[in-house]
Amino acid sequence: MAAFEIARPEIFLLAALCVVLLLDLFLGKESRVVTYLATQASLLTTILLVYSSFFNRSDKTVGLDGMYMVDEMAGVLKIAILLISILAFTAARKYLRDQDMWRGEFFVLGMTAILGMLIMVSGYHLLVLYLGLELLSLSMYALVAMRRDDAQATEAAMKYFVLGAVASGFLLYGMSMLYGLSGTLELNNLREYFVSLPGVATNLPLMFALTFIVAGLAFKLGVVPFHMWLPDVYQGTPTAVTLFLSSAPKIAAFALVIRLMVEALEPAQGAWSQMFMLLALLSIALGNVLALAQNNLKRLFAYSAISHMGFMLMGIVMNTHTGYSAAMFYILLYALMSAGAFAMLIILGRKGYEVVNVEDLKGLSARSPWFGLMFLLILFSMAGIPPTAGFYAKFAIIESVVEAKFVWAAVFMVVMSVIGAFYYLRLIKVMYFDKPNEQPPIEADMDIRVLVSANGLLMILLGIFPGILMGICDLALVASRL
Amino acid sequence: MMEWPILSFLIWLPIMGGFGVLIVGDRYGARQAALLVAVLSFLISLPLYFAYDAVAGTMQFTETFKWIDSLGIHVNYDLGVDGISIALILLNTFMTVLVLISAWDSVKERVAQYMAAFLIMEGLVNGVFMALDALLFYVFFEGMLIPLFLILGVWGGPQRVHATIKYFIYTFAGSVFLLVSLIYLYTQTSNGSFFLPDLYALTNLTEHAQLLVFFSFLVAFGVKVPLWPLHTWLPEAYTQAPTGGSVMLAAISVKVGGYAFYRLALPIVPEAAHDWALLVVILSLVAIVYMSLVALVQTNLKKLIAYSSVAHMGFVTLGLFLVFKLQGLAFADANLSGSVLAVQGAMVQMISHGFVAGALFLAVGMLAERMHTTEMSAYSGITSRMPVFAAFFTLFAMANVGLPGTSGFVGEFFVILASAKAHFWVALIAASILILGAAYTLWAVKRVLFGEVASSEVHKLKDINQREFCILGVLAVAILWLGWWPEPLTQLMEGSIREWMMIVSPSDLMPVVKGS
Repeated sequence: MAAFEIARPEIFLLAALCVVLLLDLFLGKESRVVTYLATQASLLTTILLVYSSFFNRSDKTVGLDGMYMVDEMAGVLKIAILLISILAFTAARKYLRDQDMWRGEFFVLGMTAILGMLIMVSGYHLLVLYLGLELLSLSMYALVAMRRDDAQATEAAMKYFVLGAVASGFLLYGMSMLYGLSGTLELNNLREYFVSLPGVATNLPLMFALTFIVAGLAFKLGVVPFHMWLPDVYQGTPTAVTLFLSSAPKIAAFALVIRLMVEALEPAQGAWSQMFMLLALLSIALGNVLALAQNNLKRLFAYSAISHMGFMLMGIVMNTHTGYSAAMFYILLYALMSAGAFAMLIILGRKGYEVVNVEDLKGLSARSPWFGLMFLLILFSMAGIPPTAGFYAKFAIIESVVEAKFVWAAVFMVVMSVIGAFYYLRLIKVMYFDKPNEQPPIEADMDIRVLVSANGLLMILLGIFPGILMGICDLALVASRL
Repeated sequence: MMEWPILSFLIWLPIMGGFGVLIVGDRYGARQAALLVAVLSFLISLPLYFAYDAVAGTMQFTETFKWIDSLGIHVNYDLGVDGISIALILLNTFMTVLVLISAWDSVKERVAQYMAAFLIMEGLVNGVFMALDALLFYVFFEGMLIPLFLILGVWGGPQRVHATIKYFIYTFAGSVFLLVSLIYLYTQTSNGSFFLPDLYALTNLTEHAQLLVFFSFLVAFGVKVPLWPLHTWLPEAYTQAPTGGSVMLAAISVKVGGYAFYRLALPIVPEAAHDWALLVVILSLVAIVYMSLVALVQTNLKKLIAYSSVAHMGFVTLGLFLVFKLQGLAFADANLSGSVLAVQGAMVQMISHGFVAGALFLAVGMLAERMHTTEMSAYSGITSRMPVFAAFFTLFAMANVGLPGTSGFVGEFFVILASAKAHFWVALIAASILILGAAYTLWAVKRVLFGEVASSEVHKLKDINQREFCILGVLAVAILWLGWWPEPLTQLMEGSIREWMMIVSPSDLMPVVKGS
């Protein structure tokens, strides 16, 4: 039993999700809230398990025959994933009820997706990483298709599935090339192999493998030019799923990039970082420019997600401790901001009504000054205007970029973020400067109100004390030897 | 007394007070609560003036502690003030009180949010004037955009959306380059520090880097001041803003630009500033002449004051950059009199313009509240209906012209005097504002105040009430006081300016000082 201890939170979550699945069978629509509560309770317990057993360690612990690994970074990321998922599920409770989708599958599939993310964070073996990714992706395909009689949702699900499967294929193909080269699947053995390989930067089969891996990861992250699926999927998906899809999995994807590229393939860093840098800069440009033309809120946030992923990647490709920590700080904040923004859209919806277009936000500040202010903080944070938290995320990334002597890239990034500021301002303009068309009161339970308010206030609190979260990221990566 | 973190109080009391007012809401005395906070902040800022050792002219009341210390980034929460900062902080806390009083009856929608926005802005602007850490400065510098953005956009005129977004994008676009520059400078310091004196001490910058950093400063702060040709956001923003917004823009926000030149641009890259001083001097002269001519043809009163503002702020940049044209002369006579005069003129002009432009916008706001228009064609013969108001307005107009005895005269006179030492033509062009300014101001006064009572609306006008009388009266006293007896202000600033000169002097000129 001791051998499995390293994966204790994941094993607990697996057991819990089976229990929830069975439990849901015996519950009618009226008592489904029990499923919800059981889900939240399992997630909270998982957080405790992560915190109690694998936190505050100063080194990597590898277990399960070298397939699984925990370190400080894994602990922090797992807790972040679970916390954001709790926020996502709280928001989903309101949304699913309003939109008549109050079914148990959401929670079960959500939990399998979370399990996949946790495995991605801790996998130390190409196959384990791949399986974690597939577990996440397959659950997500099903979640996206949850509204199965809706043409748009079905289209989104098909698109997501087909393109996601292609991306997985790319990734797997690249991994198989790596195996063919090195004869090992474990990340630390891979690293040792490539460190000792002479002429690693010009090794043609390795470049071939890297290209496929980078393309696969870029698909999953949604960076240009592999971003086509993202706006359509965001738009077609039920908002509760978009919330979930757009936040926690980004953290897991960050972990995957760090494990695969930085930990295993660090010797070939020169090669893959160039590819990623090009993709990142393209994403920052295209994401921000295309977001200007969007009128659908979810599409707008999709393009903004593309540019944010570009920013995050710029931190990773700098190949410095500052860069990695800045990227981690960025991704955690981004997940929080994105979850907050979509939760806000959910709060504003009501039975049979969803907020879809920019105009639907008209006069929000007059309707509800408090939530108007919270949305304002989240949007300014996304735009990176001080003193909100998003500024420090951008600042940390740009600092690492300038430190690595890419001043021109930093200039390019800030110019693009000015363009980006424009569409966030447009939303704020609609919320604050326009008169509301109608004034229905906001119908939402206390739990989601509190969580969204906490999310908004966190933007300003982390803006005044950014050192807290920065310090956590910094120390986690120091402990993880990155 | 010195241990009391008075500077932090001046930042956080208004900000917290602003949030408090938001929570109090419209129903229960948001006005009174906001005014209480503003008056308290003003009272707290007074000891700065009395306790500051102006002769030493150093940074005083300093506060410091670690703010961010991870990711290999070190940022400190460093605050401190010198004479210039104190003058501007006093201006800020003073004008905020007046703006809040002026909004007492005129703002009827979302009162609590309006008051809160001004208080939060007051705190952030105080932060700008106190920050001794470049990143902290940047945070306040950008952060003050948020309340201003909302003030303009929510309570502004019919074309407010366009004006507001233009203003925001202009300023934001200007300042992102500043951010990159600051980060670049940070990486150049030996110990990784944003502390301003550490940045001043940088000597390893290449000429190329200095040039780029200088231009990023010029764009970032030039948009704020605004420096011609970066001013195009200003007429729209001033015209569309609510009265309080115009006052804060004209009296406070543009001063941030001038202050930033003084605190960051010139001391950090003095060599580049020295090389490019002529450019800025020319731009300032263009602003003075061209903007005055543009003001001459305006038919809207607010727009006219807006253009006149740009022209007057031209004196600020002119005075600051003249330093480099005077240095060779001034160092020879060892007492730096010419250079000190130029900078002092620029700084006095900032304070004076804060009062004068603020007073003019407040007065125009009072008219607009009654007539719901700022087009001059709607007015005529105000004097016969509102004699008290007309008297005040004429005084402020005279101060705008720069009549001796008003505060407007002092700053402009200093700068013109200093520029005469630099070059005859510079002085001549700068002095043309005395004529052009008189032309557009007096013409506007004639069209608005005098003449026949044109319309029935004017006929029904009531003179200003006691509240309005108090606001204009206080400003009139301030303007006359600075005009007759500017010494308290100049003495407050002089020591600090001398300290500053030592930093700004390009290193190749320093031996001259030491030698003499």
